[in-house]
Amino acid sequence: MHTEPAIRLADLRFAWKDSPCLDIAAFEVAAGEQLFLHGPSGSGKSTLLNLLAGVLMPQVGTLTVLGASLPRLSGPARDRFRADHLGLIFQQFNLIPYLSVLDNVLLPCRFSARRRQRAIQPRTAAERLLQQLDMDETLWQRPASALSVGQQQRVAAARALIGGPELVIADEPTSALDAERQSAFLDLLTCACHEAGAALVFVSHDRRLAGRFARDMALGEINRVRS
Amino acid sequence: MSRVASHLIPLAAQSAWNRRATLALTVLAIALSVCLLLGVERLRLAVRAGFAQTVSGADLIVGARGSPLQLVLHSVFHLGDAPPGMSWESAQAIAHHPAVAWSIPVSLGDSHRGYPVLATTSAYFAHFRHGDDQTLRVVRGRTLRDAQTDLFAAVLGAEVAEALGYDVGSQLALSHGEGMPESEQEYGHEHEHEHEHEGADHADKPFTVVGILARTGTPVDRSVHVNLSAMEAIHLDWQGGTHLPGMAIPAEFVSRFDLTPKQVTGIIVGLKSRAAVFVLQRHVNAYRDEALMGVLPGVALAQLWQMAGVGESALMVLSALVVAVGLAGLVAVILAGLNERRRELAILRAIGASPADVFVLLSLEGLGLTLAGVALGFALLTALGLAAGPWIAAHYGLGLNAALPTVSEGLLLAAVVGVGLLASLLPGWRAYRLSLADGLTPRT
Repeated sequence: MHTEPAIRLADLRFAWKDSPCLDIAAFEVAAGEQLFLHGPSGSGKSTLLNLLAGVLMPQVGTLTVLGASLPRLSGPARDRFRADHLGLIFQQFNLIPYLSVLDNVLLPCRFSARRRQRAIQPRTAAERLLQQLDMDETLWQRPASALSVGQQQRVAAARALIGGPELVIADEPTSALDAERQSAFLDLLTCACHEAGAALVFVSHDRRLAGRFARDMALGEINRVRS
Repeated sequence: MSRVASHLIPLAAQSAWNRRATLALTVLAIALSVCLLLGVERLRLAVRAGFAQTVSGADLIVGARGSPLQLVLHSVFHLGDAPPGMSWESAQAIAHHPAVAWSIPVSLGDSHRGYPVLATTSAYFAHFRHGDDQTLRVVRGRTLRDAQTDLFAAVLGAEVAEALGYDVGSQLALSHGEGMPESEQEYGHEHEHEHEHEGADHADKPFTVVGILARTGTPVDRSVHVNLSAMEAIHLDWQGGTHLPGMAIPAEFVSRFDLTPKQVTGIIVGLKSRAAVFVLQRHVNAYRDEALMGVLPGVALAQLWQMAGVGESALMVLSALVVAVGLAGLVAVILAGLNERRRELAILRAIGASPADVFVLLSLEGLGLTLAGVALGFALLTALGLAAGPWIAAHYGLGLNAALPTVSEGLLLAAVVGVGLLASLLPGWRAYRLSLADGLTPRT
């Protein structure tokens, strides 16, 4: 297990052109912790995710993910870092439509040697994850475009988890699902992250889902910029 | 590089396969343009080779001093205006030069229904070489003999026999002058020509077909061959291009006259050793009794290609432009599809692809499609060569058979791929910019 926190932000500021978006004095997520982060749309959630994923860089402040100071890394190094250590799940359209379910899950292993090695047998690992996430075996060779939205989200979760990334970031992954499926998906995701020992940052505007998480916070609590 | 090979190439291929319906059309456009480009290049070389092979056995062509190109084009290819003739005495003298292995006198001027009549001797059938050192072959009947009995015999080229429906034993009458194409003769326009007035026909002395030649793909196919002495015979009662009034010598009496020709258009000369060609050429050019010239067919043809070069270049430029249009279409199609793929690119970014990876991915797609187009274009050309090559060779004497690419064709193809790669950098760069701007959340 990492002794380093999964995420550590300090005195971080980010602005789009001249309009400030984020101003965070301190924010930490421990290794393996599962955090529910909520806030209305437009409150800077997507920007924060892009920062954590190393796609955007803050103008000032500390941004440390899994012990690595992202602003000190070059662009390609941040891309490699994301490939090696992060799993991302979005609201929808997570999958490459022309690849099969299995190939979609295996995609991170194509881009990251570390994920490939940690998966040991990538194909077996992918199959185990798909089973764990309750994906019927008959669907594995189907193109991703043939799946229902709920199935697609579970495949996306399997892809985020393959090769043991230390941090999984999920951005409104359940908002395209109905209530019953939301609940089932949440169970599967939190369980799988727990088993993999990955920290989970779950972002949503829907506070009803917060009950399953040990920690629940609003972005407004840490962001000093008021929209 | 191994990173590119291991995951970006299969990914680019799978992505392209997903859009195969649209992309197949652009690949086909590139293939057709490449087929055209190579086809034009091959045709150009085949035409040159065809001309060169028509005179493959001739070392020197001798005629009255004038334009070398005109002499070669007229005496061998039966093209253009007749050059001034040379005397029979000079022709004989040169034929007996010690360096000369054989010589073929040729005399042109008359025609039969638009096909040129070549007056020559049996030497023509013995020594004329075309193509890959091939002699003329008879499919029916026989060749000409230098005998009184063959005075009014004719041997037809394959195309003449086929087009006019002649066979061994058919009778035909020659016309004075180069003649007009068949269709115009029917309206009587042949007589409008200065020398072709009423009675210009040599109908009083008909010829009998004794042989028909195999196809050669050379001007031989379009020629009617008769004896030189026959040419004298049909012009006995002529002077200055007109029938002498009140004079008519019947065919059965012509053998009483001296039928030795007075002049010929030129002689085609073969040497015992090619090394002697310049010696003989100097001898001919310095010939004392008459102003003569000896022309190396290759040199005259080089002059011709120099003149034809502008047209050839225009064709090449045109086909290169067609290739450019094909590649522009490819780039347009990839660029047009890019907006719909922003989500796909964002997913790849989330998984760890760098903007540089996205750039390579899109450029690879263009390169791959160009390669596919080039390969398909070459396959098309090969298929065409296999299907139509033998027929084209028989009818036009052009070697357009299927063949592996030559070095220059390889360079042409490499140039197409190179330009295709350069053009593909444009969608690559556009995708790079898009993925930098979009990050993980495309604003579509």
